[in-house]
Amino acid sequence: MNILVCVKQVPDTTEIKIDPHSNTLIRTGVPSILNPFDAYALEMAVRLKEKNGGTVTAISMGPEQAKNVLKECLSVGADQAFLVSDRIFGGSDTLATSYILSAAICKLGEFDVIFCGKQAIDGDTAQVGPELAEHLDIAQVTYVAEVEATDRILTVLREIDERYEKIETQIPTLLTVNKTAFEPRYPTVKSKLTANRTTINTITSADLDLDLTRIGLKGSPTKVKKTFVPVQRKKGLRIMENSGRQSAIRLVEVLLDAKII
Amino acid sequence: MHTFESYKHIWIFIECQAGTPKKVGLELLSPGRELANKCGEKLIAVIIGENTQQIAKDAISYGADEAIAVTGKAYHSYSTDAYSHALTTLVEKYKPSVLLLGATGNGRDLAPRIACRLKTGLTADCTALAMDEESGNVAWTRPAFGGNLMATISCPDCRPQIGTVRPGVFRCAEYDRSRTGTVIEEDIPIEPYFIRTKVLEIIQSMSKEEVNLEEAKVIVSGGRGLGDPKNFVIIQQLADVFGGAVGSSRAAVDAGWISHAHQVGQTGKTVQPQLYIACGISGAIQHVAGMSSADTIIAINKDPDAPIFKVADYGVVGDLFEIIPVFVEEIRRLHETL
Amino acid sequence: MNYLMTDEQKELQAMVREFVAKELTPVSMEYDKKGEFPSAVWKKAVEMGLHILSVPEEHGGSGLNTETYVILNEEIARGDAGFAVSLGACHLATWPALLGGTKEQIHLYYDTLVTGKMMAFCLTEPEAGSDASACRTTAKKVGDEYIIDGAKCFITNGGLAELYTVFAVTDKEAGTRGISAFIVERNRPGISIGKEEDKMGIRLSNTTEVIFQNVKIPAANLIGKEGQGYKLALMTLDRTRAIGSSSAIGIAQAAIDLSLAYAKERVTFGKPLSKNQAIQFMLADMEIQTQAARLLVRNSARLMDQGIINGRMSAAAKTFAGDNAVKVALDAIQIFGGYGYSREYPVEKLLRDAKIYQIFEGTNQIQRMIVSGHLLRV
Repeated sequence: MNILVCVKQVPDTTEIKIDPHSNTLIRTGVPSILNPFDAYALEMAVRLKEKNGGTVTAISMGPEQAKNVLKECLSVGADQAFLVSDRIFGGSDTLATSYILSAAICKLGEFDVIFCGKQAIDGDTAQVGPELAEHLDIAQVTYVAEVEATDRILTVLREIDERYEKIETQIPTLLTVNKTAFEPRYPTVKSKLTANRTTINTITSADLDLDLTRIGLKGSPTKVKKTFVPVQRKKGLRIMENSGRQSAIRLVEVLLDAKII
Repeated sequence: MHTFESYKHIWIFIECQAGTPKKVGLELLSPGRELANKCGEKLIAVIIGENTQQIAKDAISYGADEAIAVTGKAYHSYSTDAYSHALTTLVEKYKPSVLLLGATGNGRDLAPRIACRLKTGLTADCTALAMDEESGNVAWTRPAFGGNLMATISCPDCRPQIGTVRPGVFRCAEYDRSRTGTVIEEDIPIEPYFIRTKVLEIIQSMSKEEVNLEEAKVIVSGGRGLGDPKNFVIIQQLADVFGGAVGSSRAAVDAGWISHAHQVGQTGKTVQPQLYIACGISGAIQHVAGMSSADTIIAINKDPDAPIFKVADYGVVGDLFEIIPVFVEEIRRLHETL
Repeated sequence: MNYLMTDEQKELQAMVREFVAKELTPVSMEYDKKGEFPSAVWKKAVEMGLHILSVPEEHGGSGLNTETYVILNEEIARGDAGFAVSLGACHLATWPALLGGTKEQIHLYYDTLVTGKMMAFCLTEPEAGSDASACRTTAKKVGDEYIIDGAKCFITNGGLAELYTVFAVTDKEAGTRGISAFIVERNRPGISIGKEEDKMGIRLSNTTEVIFQNVKIPAANLIGKEGQGYKLALMTLDRTRAIGSSSAIGIAQAAIDLSLAYAKERVTFGKPLSKNQAIQFMLADMEIQTQAARLLVRNSARLMDQGIINGRMSAAAKTFAGDNAVKVALDAIQIFGGYGYSREYPVEKLLRDAKIYQIFEGTNQIQRMIVSGHLLRV
């Protein structure tokens, strides 16, 4: 099977701090990581390859340093990796990004299954996956927790709201992955060394036949007007009485007072 | 500056399941009403599925001026291909200025697909909407960076402007039975082979109560502090007295104590209930990211230094096995006296 | 700590650090209490390839050089020294064959190691510790076989090993030149595991008596020639003592990390401990000495990578690293105060783990004999 995984390098949003003076995000010194949902997607893809045979290709659109997460992908089961990068791609919203990615994917060849993480933890939009499927005119299933493939049929378990749906679709299909029951594997010393020796090729705008009005800021229908740090919750009330019983009673008292209950 | 004279009116997509509307669609009629009033246009509910006539009536009673309904065997249950076909056909025919969808699993499946097909802008998971009457541009405000940053987005050059909104962000208007409005039935045939996905089976989640975490008004969550999976029973008891849902931290899910469907947090669900009670949960940032938009947060933990106390409005330091049963008792007593 | 490391070394270090923090450190106190070997963690370490870091690539290993090995071993020991010792003992057992064995013998060790099975180096006996020449285990040549009889003690991986490298007397009259080295497979009849040592520290490692009663092995299991065993043992220790003491650096670093975190949090007399100059100076000295120890160890490793075996340097490195680990662990307990004395906090374990580094692989007294011996020989 020809499997593709779309990944993104994101800041570790759990490490982001707010500058109390300027009330802005401190982005320097925040480590960059492989988007956690993409890590689950990659693990699912590699397991599918291990069961059904084939190759796993990792692709990412980003600046040069995004090669670090592609290297990570190579050390945990991806067979090859490509970076899609060019200054003129800068400022692209999800529509422009998915357009560029779809052009790069078409250039690489035909894929049976395309995996994406359900959303990136910086943008949090969950839009690129389905938009990519639309550009490529292939079927999509979102929030996938499990997948099996037999010949051209894919059977997926979709986790949505409070239930699961078992869905059947045919290749080619794009799947966006939520959290899987299994954790992504560790690299091994050997796989890390091999990954370091593998070349990651960059695809630039010169390699693609793009409509320039559909990329970058120009190609982005959504525009960011402003950003601000949300109002922080004010300090809460601490209850610690002599016994658990008394604490519970005090809690109910204050909740009644504040009309919460 | 673009003028979109041919694009008019505010559309709310009412997602349905088995002939029942999902609450979020009806909730969105409230901000929709405000937007429509501001620019002097109509508020139109779009319903695709079964039992559309009744749902259309409800939508109108909750504030819609009109409704457009699409039924047919192909639309009885959700599929990306059928619904995106129907919705884009309707949009291309009627040209709405704004389209709102609930940010449910299917909403977030459908919205980007159609935004791409229509080559327009989509803003996801909005927490606030505003309208600039002159330009007719909506200002969409939404969280990014796991909630650490808010961004205000607009879509000035394309129409329709599309946005998804989470359940519980807005409240339904008063149900006004006297409201009337036209319901247009649209017939949108679709060849079966266009629908590339097939639902083989629906598996309900393991827990017996079916309260959707994302729509729950009260959520009581348990974490590693419970010590044992069977102690989730006291979490259930506390949830029951509030008529709420049971949530969980990642630690409890990873330990196999409860299914992932209950997980609140970065790799689980993001919720915005009126009341969130975290029991035996330390408050790792990944968990807090999933519940910090709750109106009121109560934390119960025996470790006074647990990070959860930084976000809790009411922090109770103590043994949850002593506190929760008394808490449950007190609430029961209050219910009886009412 | 990042000075003079290649990018690849830094990446591997980060990877091992993450693995240790997730899989080893969280369980080490629990296993220490029980004195049990963590087989589940061993399995995961084998999956990652931590057991064959320096095994040549053509034999299935990662072919990392000695310098990279000590960098990674320090990370493992930072999580738990006993676990690092268990890994290291397998390499210890392999060295005699690497130094004096046949190609087939080397292949046997590597093939066994690659599958994740363990090995043990059996030199020490109840009457032969520092004085290894007082070895009493015998190997009698009978026809095409040797018969091994004797008891070894304090053997790391004794109860878990698949292969034992056993030193036994083949010629009683020849003194140290009468000791030979043998490969003894676990499944040979007559091998029994005696008592398991209830140790002060490195309790995650399995240390036992190994008893050989009329154990018959083919003559081909002799490593090198008869009488070369003592020399092979000393040559082995010359090579492994500095590498092994990278674990002592790991212990010291763990002690520093814990002390730093505690000193920043713990408030006494209205301010964090770390605001007191006495504590600051303690932390500084812990850091200075550990850096020095680390450099001695890394330098020994680099010399080995250049093909230079400098017994004096490696003895110096081992002595300094071992003494330092004990001192830094003691200081860490002092910084933690009363809590440092409690088994519920992780620092007292570091002292218990550190002490062995002044004792095994040649006591620090023997090391001083080695250093002065080198100095005075010239």
